[in-house]
Amino acid sequence: MKQLMLGNAAVARGCYEAGVRVVSSYPGTPSTEITENAVKYDEIYCEWAPNEKVGAEVAIGAAIAGARAMTCCKHVGLNVMADPVFTASYTGVNGGLVIAVADDPGMHSSQNEQDSRHYAKASKIIMLEPSDSSECKEFTKAAFELSEKFDTPVFLRLTTRVSHSQSLVELCDRENDELKFYEKNPAKYVMMPGNAIKRHVDVENRMRALEEYAETSPLNTVEDNGAEIGIITSGITYAYAKEALGNKANFLKLGLVYPMPVNLIKDFAAKCKKVYVLEELDPFIEEHCKVNGVDVIGKEVFTLLGEYSVNLIKKVVLGKEIPDVKPEPIPVRPPVMCAGCPHRGTFYVLKKLGLTVSGDIGCYTLGAAAPLGAIDTTICMGASVSAAHGMAKARGTEFNKKLVSVIGDSTFMHSGITGLIDIVYNKGANTVIILDNSITGMTGHQDNPTTGRTIKGEPTKQVDLELLCKAVGIENVVIADPFDVKNFEKVVKEETAKDEPSVIIAQRPCALLKTVKYTGRCVITDKCRNCKMCLKAGCPAITVKDGKPVIDATQCNGCGLCMNICPFDAIEKEEA
Amino acid sequence: METKSIMIVGVGGQGTLLASRILGNAVISQGYDVKVSEVHGMSQRGGSVVTYVRYGEKVHSPIIDKGGADMILAFELLEAKRALPFLKKDGKIIVNSQEIDPMPVIIGAAVYPENLAEKLSESADTTAVDALSLAKRAGNPKAVNVVLIGVMAKNWDIPYEVWTDTIKKTVPEKFLEVNLKAFELGYNS
Ligand SMILES: Cc1ncc(C[n+]2csc(CCOP(=O)(O)OP(=O)(O)O)c2C)c(N)n1
Ligand code: SF4
Ligand code: SF4
Repeated sequence: MKQLMLGNAAVARGCYEAGVRVVSSYPGTPSTEITENAVKYDEIYCEWAPNEKVGAEVAIGAAIAGARAMTCCKHVGLNVMADPVFTASYTGVNGGLVIAVADDPGMHSSQNEQDSRHYAKASKIIMLEPSDSSECKEFTKAAFELSEKFDTPVFLRLTTRVSHSQSLVELCDRENDELKFYEKNPAKYVMMPGNAIKRHVDVENRMRALEEYAETSPLNTVEDNGAEIGIITSGITYAYAKEALGNKANFLKLGLVYPMPVNLIKDFAAKCKKVYVLEELDPFIEEHCKVNGVDVIGKEVFTLLGEYSVNLIKKVVLGKEIPDVKPEPIPVRPPVMCAGCPHRGTFYVLKKLGLTVSGDIGCYTLGAAAPLGAIDTTICMGASVSAAHGMAKARGTEFNKKLVSVIGDSTFMHSGITGLIDIVYNKGANTVIILDNSITGMTGHQDNPTTGRTIKGEPTKQVDLELLCKAVGIENVVIADPFDVKNFEKVVKEETAKDEPSVIIAQRPCALLKTVKYTGRCVITDKCRNCKMCLKAGCPAITVKDGKPVIDATQCNGCGLCMNICPFDAIEKEEA
Repeated sequence: METKSIMIVGVGGQGTLLASRILGNAVISQGYDVKVSEVHGMSQRGGSVVTYVRYGEKVHSPIIDKGGADMILAFELLEAKRALPFLKKDGKIIVNSQEIDPMPVIIGAAVYPENLAEKLSESADTTAVDALSLAKRAGNPKAVNVVLIGVMAKNWDIPYEVWTDTIKKTVPEKFLEVNLKAFELGYNS
C-alpha cells in the first residue's frame, strides 16, 4: 500500500527496511525528522548525540562492529563531523554506513547556504541525491548496498524541499538486519601513517571503481523525449524541471551526484542541441561537465543564490516571460520568540543594561530582532563563548565588563563547554549566560544531555550544569530565574563586575513544554499610564490598539513576565 | 485531470501543518497522486508560514509558484494578502477574518493595512469566515485550522465521511472531539 510520507520519514523507513540497527544524530533543520522517525521502529537503536561529531563516531563504530548504521545532520553539522568522516573514508566499513546530510538552499532555517556536495569530492565519498519521498526510501536502501559493496561510507544528500515534502511511498519488509562478522583488523581500522598510506591507495582504487559504476548505475536515468533541449539535473530541481518542461526536453537525472559519469553525460549531450545544467547552489555538476569538455549552460543564466523554481526554469529555458506583478508593500512577519518564552526575560535585562552580547544559535537568536535587538554576533554553535573570550582578549577588561555570552543548554552541550574551558585555562574573566530552558527548542523540542530524558523519553542521568561548570574551574556559578527581572538584573551586574569568569544559569523551561502549565491570561487594567514599558519585551501577545497597549487573550499564555516589567502594577492575571 | 494547487498560509503556531496533512490525506483517499510541502524550523516561531498541497494524476513539483494556486486557504488576513501574487487569475480565497499584528506593527515600525477582507474580495473570489469564533465555539481557539478545512470541504466533491475519517487518523485522540466539532461548524458555516 502507498502512504503519504515526509521525505525525512521515508529515509527513516529506508533505514528500517535496509536492516539498520544504530542511528546516532544531533538535530538540525531540515534533517531532524529522519532520526525522529527512525526511533519509532523498535528494531533500530536511536539516540541524540551531544553533537554531530559524536553522532558520526557512534555510527562509524557501529558500522565497524558489523551493524548497518546511520548519522543525520544539517549541512553545517557536516562541518562539525568532518574530522571523523574524512578518515572513515580511509577505514571503510564493515556493516554499511550512511551519512544523511540536508542542505538548506534559500536558508529557511540556517545561518549559511553551503553546498555539501563539495564534501563528497573532498572526502572521496560517494553521494546519492533523491528527488522525492519514494526515492528517499529507495536511495537510502541503495546507499547501504553500495556502502558494503564498495567498502565506503555513503552520503545521502537532501535539501529542504525533499526533506520536508510529502509524497507517496510504497512500503516493503525489513531485510539484512543480521550483524556482520567482526574481527580485529588494525591495517584497516587503525589509521596511523603506516596503515593510512596503504589505505589511501585503496581509496583511490575505490574511486576509479566508483567512476566506472557511475556510467551504468541505475541511480542515473535518461529520459529521451526526442527533444532538442537537454537537461542535466538532480534532486528537487528535477521535479521543478519536469513540471516546467514536461516532454519538451530530454532529461539526464543524476541520482549519483558524486562521482559523476563522463561517457553517459557525453552521450546524452551529443543527442541534444542545447544542454542546461539545473542545480541549486554551486556549479558542481556544471564544472564536472565543463572539465570533461561537455558544453553546457548553467550558472551564467541561473543563480548561485537561493532556490530554483518552475517559473525560473520556464523563463530561462523556454523564454516564457512570467509577468511578475509587484505586490503592494505590506508589513513583513519575521519569526519571534513565543508568547511566554523564558529567553525574553534575559534579553529584556541585557538590552536594558546595554551590554555587548556574543550570541549563539537557537530560539534565542531571535533576541537579535526588534524590539529586543540585544545580540551583537551569531556565527555557529558554541561561538558565543569562545568568540567572547576573543573579544575580551582583544579589547581588555573594561570592555569585558560590558560583555556577556548567551548560549542555550543544547548548544552548550554541543560545543559551548570547550570554549568555557578555554576561558578558565587561559585566565579569562567572561560572563557566560546559559539559557537553560530544559530542551532543544529551535529544532522542534528534542531532549539533550541536560534534560534527563533520552530520545525515547526514558529517564536517564542528567548533566548537572552547575556542577559541570564548577568542575572545569568556574567558581562563580549562579542560578537565576530570567522572569524575576529585578533579581536577574542584579545578578548580571554583579557577575559582569567580577575579575573572574562567571556562569549564570538562566533557568526556566520553554513555554511549549507539556510540563509547563501557566494558567489564565494577563490583562492591562486602568492603572496603565501608557509608558509602554511592557512593549519592550517584544511579546507577540502585547500589541497596541488606539495608542494603548493591550494583551491579545488568544495569544497570551499567562506567563506573567509583563507583570514583572510594568512599573505601575497595571497588569493583572485573570484566571480562566 | 490537471494538477490542482492549494496554498495554505498563516502565522507560525496556527496549525497550518496539520491542515495540509489532513488535506493531503483526504485527497489520496480519492486515488490521486499528491505532494505536500511543509515548513519546519525557524519560521514556525510566529513567522509567515506557507505550505502547499498539490494533487492530480501525476504531480512533479511539491511547490507552487507565483500565479499557480487554484486556491489560497489563509489563516490570517495579512498572510492572505501576502499570498495573493500566487493566486491564479480565476483562483479562490478562503480566509479567516482574524488579524494578528506582526512585530513590526506592534513596535510601530509598520502599519497593519485596513479593510483587508474587502480589498481581497476586490481582487479575487473571497470567502471570509470568523474561524476563531467558530473554533472557540467548538471548544478550543486552536482548532481554527480544522474549522477552515471544514469551510473548504463543503464546496468539494469529497464525501463528508472521508474528511471525518481523515481527521480521525491525523489528529491525536484527546483533541478529536473538539476537532470533529470544529470541522462540522466550518462545514455548516
Ligand atoms: C552545527 C549545527 N548543528 C545543528 C544546528 C541546528 N540547531 C540550531 S539551534 C539548535 C539547538 C538549539 O537548542 P538550545 O541551544 O537548547 O536553544 P533553544 O532553541 O532551546 O533556545 C540546533 C540543533 C546548527 N545550527 N548547527
Ligand atoms: S519554542 Fe520555547 S524556547 Fe523556543 S521561542 Fe518558543 S518558548 Fe522560547
Ligand atoms: S502578555 Fe504577558 S503574560 Fe501573556 S504571554 Fe506575553 S508576557 Fe506572558
